[in-house]
Amino acid sequence: MNKKPFIAGIKAGLPIGLGYLSVSFTFGIMAISAGLYWWQALLISMLNLTSAGQLAGINIMIHPMQYIEMLIAQLTINIRYSFMSVSLSQKTDTSFKMIDRWILGAFVTDEIFGVAVTQEKVNKYFFAGLTVLPYIGWALGTLLGAVLGNVLPDIIMNALNIALYAMFIAIVIPEAKKSLAISIVSLIAIGLSCMFYFVPMLSSISSGLTICISAIVATCIGAILFPVKKLPEEEQEESPERSINNG
Amino acid sequence: MDNIQFFIYLAIMALSTYLIRAIPFALSRRKIENTFVKSFLCYIPYAVLAAMTVPAVFFSTKNPISAIVGVIVAVILALFKRGLLTVAVAACAGVFATEIVLSYL
Repeated sequence: MNKKPFIAGIKAGLPIGLGYLSVSFTFGIMAISAGLYWWQALLISMLNLTSAGQLAGINIMIHPMQYIEMLIAQLTINIRYSFMSVSLSQKTDTSFKMIDRWILGAFVTDEIFGVAVTQEKVNKYFFAGLTVLPYIGWALGTLLGAVLGNVLPDIIMNALNIALYAMFIAIVIPEAKKSLAISIVSLIAIGLSCMFYFVPMLSSISSGLTICISAIVATCIGAILFPVKKLPEEEQEESPERSINNG
Repeated sequence: MDNIQFFIYLAIMALSTYLIRAIPFALSRRKIENTFVKSFLCYIPYAVLAAMTVPAVFFSTKNPISAIVGVIVAVILALFKRGLLTVAVAACAGVFATEIVLSYL
């Protein structure tokens, strides 16, 4: 076992773990108020590791026998993970064996992906380390939320709510600063997601789906306007002096 | 809801969520040559994160004003390339401080 990338991964996962702790705390509270037991909330978090999907899930669970609706909701909300997995699979290095892909594939979340994808090449020990604290944070936060409920003062919970979004900002901004194309794609995505949020007829569409549509449309526009000949990691290999500018 | 129904629901959720992540991760190993697909994969993470963040971030706290302060703190620190944890903690602190100030207004 390769310790150095594993530990580097654990460190990189700390902010995600902290963010998940607060988000899943809220999920724990919501699951209890939807009528679930603490162990059910915990099991859901340990086996799904996804915020939007789980939230939609408990709202469907309160109705009996809605199995097909559950399946459709999960597929729609989580389809973005497929794109992330494909994108990430292009960046994995030779340390990844088939079995590692089937195991570690379970841990591709928005935030874990966001951190992993900024690596030039993703090493399996780094990726495994990266998943440790987010997984623990997600499970532990759910348990604490379900069992302790409203112990933390409101004002602290309230401040923690922004942690995950701040992390997204910290991922996107430096890349947008470097690349005009990424800036424009991000702005289009923001414009579309605002449109879905604020236009009355569109705002009833689930947030998982609107994020998916906004991101895909913005990315397609970007891919047409600013085609990249090489993925960043290929440039890294072939022309080191250019990679300084392009990531 | 009885336990049997809970476990059926749980199985549907967990399996579909797992497979939608793991199948593309495990099976798409061929090197991608198509320029459009390459460009798509290059931009999709930032588009997803941007769409997830805005406008949701402005409704993540009790008051949009504290959220705006948190976002400004995060953006400034991110422009100076601070680490993820630094940015996250500073944004939380910004929200916390703003909420305290607002509670006295």
